Amino acid sequence: MTKTEIENTDLKLKLVSDFQKFEKSLNGKANSILNKIKIDAFDCFNRLGFPVKKLEEWKYTNINPVLKHDFKQSTQLAKHTLTKDFVGKYFLKDAVNLVFINGFFDESLSDKITDNDSCYSGSLAEATTKFGDFVEQHFSKYADFKSNSMTALNTAFSKDGAFIYLKKNSVNNIPVHILYISDAVNNVMLSQPRNLIVLEEGSSIKISEDYFTVGSNYNFTNAVTEIYCAQNSNLEHYKIQNDGDNSFHIGTTQVHQERDSKFSDTTVSWGGSIIRNNLNSVFNGTNTECHFYGLYLLDGKQHVDNHTLADHKMPNCFSNELYKGIIDGSATGVFNGKIMVHPDAQKTNAYQSNNNILLSDDATIYSKPQLEIFADDVKCSHGATSGQLSKEEMFYLRSRGISENDARILLLNAFASDVIDSVKIDALRIKLYHTLQLKLKS
Amino acid sequence: MVKEDDILEKVTSSDYKYGFYTDLEMDKAPKGLNKEIIELISSKKNEPEFLLEWRLKAYNIWLKMTEPNWPNVKYPPIDYNDIIYYAAPKTKKKLGSLDELDPAIKNTYDKLGIPLEEQLILAGVAVDAVLDSVSVATTYKEKLAELGIIFCSMSEAIVNHPQLIKKYLGAVVPQSDNYFAALNSAVFTDGSFVYIPKNVRCPMELSTYFRINAENTGQFERTLIIADEGSYVSYLEGCTAPMRDENQLHAAVVELIALKNAEIKYSTVQNWYPGDAEGKGGIYNFVTKRGICSGDNSKISWTQVETGSSITWKYPSVILKGDNSIGEFYSVALTNNFQQADTGTKMMHLGKNTKSRIVSKGISAGKSNNSYRGLVQVSKRADNARNFSQCDSLLMGDKCGAHTFPYFEIKNKSAIVEHEATTSKIGEDIMFYCNQRGISEEDAVALIVNGYAKEVLNQLPMEFAVEAQKLLAISLEGSVG
Amino acid sequence: MLEIKNLKAKVETDEGGKEILKGLNLQIKAGEVHAIMGPNGSGKSTLASVLTGREGYEVEEGEVLFEGKNLLELAPEERAREGIFLAFQYPVEIPGVSNTNFLKTAVNDIRKSKGEDPMSSVDFLKMIKEKAKLVDIDPQMLGRYVNVGFSGGEKKRNEIFQLAMLNPKLSILDETDSGLDIDALKIVADGVNKIRSKDNAFIVITHYQRLLNYIVPDFVHVMYEGKIVKSGDKSLALHLEEYGYDWVAEHLEEIAK
Repeated sequence: MTKTEIENTDLKLKLVSDFQKFEKSLNGKANSILNKIKIDAFDCFNRLGFPVKKLEEWKYTNINPVLKHDFKQSTQLAKHTLTKDFVGKYFLKDAVNLVFINGFFDESLSDKITDNDSCYSGSLAEATTKFGDFVEQHFSKYADFKSNSMTALNTAFSKDGAFIYLKKNSVNNIPVHILYISDAVNNVMLSQPRNLIVLEEGSSIKISEDYFTVGSNYNFTNAVTEIYCAQNSNLEHYKIQNDGDNSFHIGTTQVHQERDSKFSDTTVSWGGSIIRNNLNSVFNGTNTECHFYGLYLLDGKQHVDNHTLADHKMPNCFSNELYKGIIDGSATGVFNGKIMVHPDAQKTNAYQSNNNILLSDDATIYSKPQLEIFADDVKCSHGATSGQLSKEEMFYLRSRGISENDARILLLNAFASDVIDSVKIDALRIKLYHTLQLKLKS
Repeated sequence: MVKEDDILEKVTSSDYKYGFYTDLEMDKAPKGLNKEIIELISSKKNEPEFLLEWRLKAYNIWLKMTEPNWPNVKYPPIDYNDIIYYAAPKTKKKLGSLDELDPAIKNTYDKLGIPLEEQLILAGVAVDAVLDSVSVATTYKEKLAELGIIFCSMSEAIVNHPQLIKKYLGAVVPQSDNYFAALNSAVFTDGSFVYIPKNVRCPMELSTYFRINAENTGQFERTLIIADEGSYVSYLEGCTAPMRDENQLHAAVVELIALKNAEIKYSTVQNWYPGDAEGKGGIYNFVTKRGICSGDNSKISWTQVETGSSITWKYPSVILKGDNSIGEFYSVALTNNFQQADTGTKMMHLGKNTKSRIVSKGISAGKSNNSYRGLVQVSKRADNARNFSQCDSLLMGDKCGAHTFPYFEIKNKSAIVEHEATTSKIGEDIMFYCNQRGISEEDAVALIVNGYAKEVLNQLPMEFAVEAQKLLAISLEGSVG
Repeated sequence: MLEIKNLKAKVETDEGGKEILKGLNLQIKAGEVHAIMGPNGSGKSTLASVLTGREGYEVEEGEVLFEGKNLLELAPEERAREGIFLAFQYPVEIPGVSNTNFLKTAVNDIRKSKGEDPMSSVDFLKMIKEKAKLVDIDPQMLGRYVNVGFSGGEKKRNEIFQLAMLNPKLSILDETDSGLDIDALKIVADGVNKIRSKDNAFIVITHYQRLLNYIVPDFVHVMYEGKIVKSGDKSLALHLEEYGYDWVAEHLEEIAK
C-alpha cells in the first residue's frame, strides 16, 4: 500500500485507548501467540489508519461518514432484548443456525453446536480454549493485515466469531447458517466478528453468513472470515448482507486453497449505507477451482463496493466470476475484480464478468475489471457492461398483456437469477428469491 | 526440433535499426530548470509577453506538483535539473529552400526514410520536420495557405497567429492538468500548429517527424490542431530516435479541438529508442494527448502504433462535449526486452448521443510489461451514450506481463457500455501450420502479429500502415533490420 | 521418393512418453498414391506429425529419407520447402491474416530458400485464380482470413487449394475426408486427382474406404498398433470396409502372413 495521510479521527483515538485497556488486561499473557499477533496487528492499524480515497483500492469508496460516529465496542456478549422467537424467523430449516449478537456468540439463541468426530461448528472464543493449538495454526495465517488496515483492526480486537472445522474426508450435508445481528436498538455499536473456517483434506460443507441489523441506531460491522481449504476439499460459501440505512459494513473473506480444492462464494448485498465486501482467494496448489458470484440490489443513497481477487499462483487452476448489479435511486455500485496470474501459473483459465443495470437518473456504477497476467499460456477474459433493460424485451412482454411494472420485475428477476441460482442451499435460495421479489416490487 | 522458447527468444531479440547519431553544432541552454531558463527560452523564440506569463504560471504550478506514481511502470527518479531545456541547431539565417538545409540533418532524415525528397512531396505529403526542438524546414505551406490552412511550427504560430494561440493553447490540456503537462507548458520549445478553416477538407495528410537528437536534451513538443466548423484533417506523427545510452525524457502535449461537424484523425507511429536488450538506455515517453469534440456532430479519432521508448505513459483521450460527437481510440502497443508501457485512453461522455470506441491490442515480448489503462466516463446528462471497448493482449514468452485496467464510471441509466478483454499467446498450432507451409518462424510471427493488430493498422493512412507493419516486424524479429 | 525404415516414435505426455509408432516401414515412389487405413489410435496421424516435424513427438529409432535426405533432422519449414505438404485434419484459424497474404508469404519464403526472387504480384494473382478453379474455390474466400469462420468443408477445400498453390512433391492428406458430405468430398477428390501426376506422390490417411472410390490408390496399407500389418491394392480397402477393423484385431497373425 502506498503512503497514506494518516488522520487521527476521534474514532481512531478511541480505538487506541480501547486497545491500551486490552493490553493492560492481558496481565502477563502478552507473549502468547495470539496476543502477539493482536499487538502486531494493532500496531499496523495505528500506522496505516483508516483507508482514504487516495488509495487506489478505495478510490470509489469514502468511509469518512463512518468515522464521524461514536461507536462503542463490547468485550463480551452484552445484554439484549432479542428473543428466540424473533431470531428464529431468520433461521434456515434443516441447517445448524448459530447466532452472534454484535460479534459475540449467543448460545441461548442458537441451535445446538456441532461437536463430533467429523465436524465442529460453534464459536471461535470457545474453540480457542478447547483447541488452542489448532486455532493458533490457522488464525491470522491467511488474512494479511500488514497492508490492510481494516483487517488489522479486526485482528487486533478479535474475540469471537464462528469457528467451523471439518475433519479429513468428512462430508457434511447439513449446512451451517450463521446469523450476525447488529443490535442497534439502544447503542451505537462497532462489531468485529472474526471467523475461521478450516476444511481438512477431502471434506465438504455449505456455510452461509447472514448479516443484518435490528434497530435504527448507527452501527458498524468490520468482519473478517478466514478460510482454509485443504486439498480436494469443497466449500460452498454464501454471504448475505441486509442492513439498515444507518449500517456500515466492511467485510473481508480471505480464502486459501490447496490443490484440487473447490471454493464457491455467492455474495448478495441487499442494502446498508456504506458496504464494502472484499473477497480474495489465493490458489496455493494446482487444479484448484473457484467461483465468485455476486448480486447487489441498491436503492436510496446506498453505496456497495465489491472487491474481489482471484490470485492464480499455481498452474492449471480455474476461476470464474459473475457479479451483477441493479442500481436504483441515487445509489452507487462499485465493482473491482482482479485476476492475478503469476509467472508460474501456466494453463490458467480465468473468466470475469460484471453486468449492471441502472434504473434511475441518479444511479452510478463504477466498474473496474482488472487482469494482471505474467504467464503466457493462459486463457483469460473479462467483460463489463452497463445498460438498461432491453426495450425490445420490455415491448415484447407488454405486447403480451403484461403490465410495464410486472414486465420490469420479470426481466430483473431473470437478470438476477444467474447469481441466485448459484446458491446450493435450497432454503436459502428460496429466501433470496423471496427477498428479491419484495425488493423489486417496492 | 527447435523449442518454442528458443524461437521466441530469437525472434524477439532484434537490434534497433535507427541507432545512429548526427553530430550537429548545437545551441544549448545550460542544464537545469528555473525562471531564468524559461525566460531564456521565451526570448530566444521572440515570444510575446502573454506567453512568457503563461509559461511562468505553468512553472509555478509544476513546482507544487508531485510526479504521478500510479502508472504500472518503474524507473529511477528523474533529476529535472540535469536536463537541458533548450537546444536548437544553429541556423545562420532563415532557410529559403530545402537545398539550404544542413546536409548532416538532411542525411539523418534520409537514413530514416523521411519523405522530404521531391518524389515524396509528389506523393502528397507535406512535412514539417522537427529536429530536437526547432522546426527547420516546411514544405507545401503555400498550397495549404491557398485554402486558408495554417500548418506551421508552434514558434511561428505564436508570433504570427497570437489570437488563435491565446484562445486555444491549454484549452484542452490546461497547465495544471498533470505533472508532465505542467512541465511541458513551462518549457516547450516547439511543435506543430494546424488550423483548418470552416468547411475546408484538408487535401493531404499532414505529417511531422520528431527526433530526439542531442544528449541530455529533454524534448517538450507542443502540438495544437484546430478543426473549425465542418472541416476535416488527418495528421500523422512519426518518431524515431538515435541510439543513446542515457535515458531521455520526452514530455509532449498534443491538443486537438474539433468544432461543430469537424473531424480530426490523428495517427502516430512511435518508434523511439527502447533501450538495449539489457534494458539500458531508451526514451521516457510521458505524453499528454487529448482532444475535445467541442461542437455537435464532431469526431476525433486517435490511432497509435507504439513500439518504442523504454517507458511509455500515454493516454490519448477525447472529451465528447458536443451532442452526437464520436471519439475513437485504436492502439497497438508492442513491448519487448525491458520496455514498459502504460497506455490507453479516456473517453469522457458529456454530450447526448455520444459514441466512443476503443480497440487496444497489446503485444508483450521479452521481459517487458504492457498495461492497458482506460477510463470510460458517462456523465449524468450524457443520455444515450454508447461505448464499446475491446482490449486484447498477446503474450510472447513467459517472462513478460500483460495487464488490463479498465475503469468505468457510469452516471446515466441510458448509457450502454460494453467492455471485452482477452489474453492469448501465439499458439504452437498456428506456428506449426505456418511452418508446414514453408514459412519461417520470423515471417510467421510477423504474419500473426500483423493479423492480430489488423483492426488498428487498418485505421492508418495507407503509407503509414505499411511503415507500421514493418515496424512491428522489425521490433520482433531478429533476421530483419 | 520417401523411405521409412523401422520408425519408432513416442508422443510426449505428462507421464513421460507413450510409444505410438512401433517399427513402421514404408516406401513411396514418385507417381504413387498410398492409402493408410486403420482404427483410431493406430498411429496414422502420429505418422503424419512425425513426417512433418510437429512438436511433441520423439523419434526413438529408425530413419526417414526423403529423396535421399534425412528428413528427421530438418525443421518443419525446411521439410515443407523440400516439398512435403500436410493437409491438416484440423486446419487452424489465423485471425487477421488473409489467405492471399498467407500464401504469398509461403510461396515467397519457399522461393527464397531456393535462391529465387519473390513472385511478382501479377504472376501470383494469376496463379491464385488458376488454382482456385481446381478446387472450385470462390475467389472471395481468398480475401478472408485463413480458415476464420470457414465451415468444415471450406477448411478442407482450402487445404487442397494450398496444396495446389505450393505444388509439393509429397502430400499427406490427414483424414481430409472426415466430416465431409459427399459433394464436398467429390470436390476435394477431384482437386487431388487434377494435381496428381507422375512426379508427385500422395499419402492418403483415412478411416473410411469411401474416399478411395474417388481418389483411387495404388497401394493400401493397414495400420494397427503402430505398424503396417498388411499392404495390398485397392481391394484391401473394400475388404476392410466389409469386415471392419475388428477383423484386423482378430486375425492379426493370419494377416501378417
